[in-house]
Amino acid sequence: MIVAGCDVGSLTSKAVILNDKTMLSHAVVRSSFRPGDSARAVMDQALDVAGLKMDEVRYCVGTGYGREKIPFVNKVYSEIACHARGARHLMPSVRTVIDIGGQDCKAIRLDDSGAVVKFVTNDKCAAGTGRFLDVMARLLGVNLDELGSLSAQAQAPLSLASTCTVWAQAEVIHHLNENTPIADIAAAVNQAMAGRVAILARSVGIDREVCMTGGVAKNTGVLTYLEKLLDVKIRRLRIDPQIVGALGAAFYAWREYRRCAG
Amino acid sequence: MIVAGCDIGSLSAKAVVIEDGSIIASHVIRARPLPRDSAREVMGEVMRSIGLSPDSLDYCVSTGYGRNSVEWADSVESEIACHAKGAWKIVPDARMVIDIGGQDAKAVRFDDQGNVVRYVYNDKCASGTGRFLEIMAEALDVRLEDMGAIAARAQNPVTLSNQCVVFAETEIISLINEGRDISDIISGLHTAMASRVASLARSIELAESVTMSGGVAKNPGMFAALQEALQVKIRPMAIDPQIVGALGAAVIAMEKAGGNGGA
Repeated sequence: MIVAGCDVGSLTSKAVILNDKTMLSHAVVRSSFRPGDSARAVMDQALDVAGLKMDEVRYCVGTGYGREKIPFVNKVYSEIACHARGARHLMPSVRTVIDIGGQDCKAIRLDDSGAVVKFVTNDKCAAGTGRFLDVMARLLGVNLDELGSLSAQAQAPLSLASTCTVWAQAEVIHHLNENTPIADIAAAVNQAMAGRVAILARSVGIDREVCMTGGVAKNTGVLTYLEKLLDVKIRRLRIDPQIVGALGAAFYAWREYRRCAG
Repeated sequence: MIVAGCDIGSLSAKAVVIEDGSIIASHVIRARPLPRDSAREVMGEVMRSIGLSPDSLDYCVSTGYGRNSVEWADSVESEIACHAKGAWKIVPDARMVIDIGGQDAKAVRFDDQGNVVRYVYNDKCASGTGRFLEIMAEALDVRLEDMGAIAARAQNPVTLSNQCVVFAETEIISLINEGRDISDIISGLHTAMASRVASLARSIELAESVTMSGGVAKNPGMFAALQEALQVKIRPMAIDPQIVGALGAAVIAMEKAGGNGGA
């Protein structure tokens, strides 16, 4: 039985197709201005990879900030629920999920049964969200996905005094004008990012095991600094961390369909 | 007796000279990279305008982030103390000044002598500082000084859902793409910024009579929006609101030199 999860985020949209509980395919596309179009595009791509058509999908769950605008979903779930569900499937021992999206950051604590016991979200301030890294990567003239490997090459890492993205930008410009090596600045950016996320994560309480979802989890610089700050090992997921929310949505779709079908 | 106050900020430097309690000269320049150079230029200019040299001052008080780089300064004062004193000098029955600078915002409550009672300060978050409007002006491709006049034409102001400068910038870009009128957008920006500053001011309890200083006070749209957000009438200043800190420093200089502040 074919079901799907579709996660329309502010910057990227993700889709996962399951056959019962086995993942057949997934896709990630950049979100456009219209969440409905992004949803359609990412679903088409995932279906294409699996060699399926839309009418073969029995049930589809939507999530993410654009979830209310996805035309083809049967039901919507919160991002918190979907990230928790996806992470739990990949790592049954997980108790804390840190999800960093393009415009927000969440820390979610689960109990032994996988139920969400506490969560905290920041979507008010760009610092500590993917947006911070996006702004900084642009300023440094590097790709977002290069920031992690760059910071590993840092010789004399510095630290940023400002939390605010706007003020930190001014600091980075100052360092660029001083000819500070890009790698050192990249390390400072990743460290600042980890610092903000650590504050959020601590406020929910860190319980082992810990995993990270969302695009920023691919940045090894942020991951390493976060491990240091939280004094905990962050377990790597065996799939693209960006699709965990869509995966969770797909599992909810499977459950919903079973429930409907009796 | 001739005394001066010199306020070296991060974006601009100001100097005010007073003689027997009255302003006889003032000058504002864009800040130079080195605060020492800003201080030399602004002090040199203000004194030249009255045919004197800074060396002939009876007393000088410096303030602002570059306050330790003013070579003629006899003493230094905090910006908070200077803004309170300067605001009190111009609007004697005000009991609070809200100052919005290029990189910070503060609210200061003061007594009937212009001495600080309580204050609150934001320089951590760009939202609610002059930088917010500067970035939005850039994004909208309008001049900062034109924003007030443009907002005055608003028919149907937008409501922004973001406070963060970075997120609000994205939001206004999508509003432009949706075809919203620029005057409606700018009016919405003023409201958003005013609500941010108002919550800062409220955190130390509003005074009954409030005045406003800093470069942002020159924007009539912001002035009106802040009045609306605070639900009080803001007393306008009869002088350039940017020189209030320097004026306060000069009044303190007068007090320190043993003269009468002029009140």
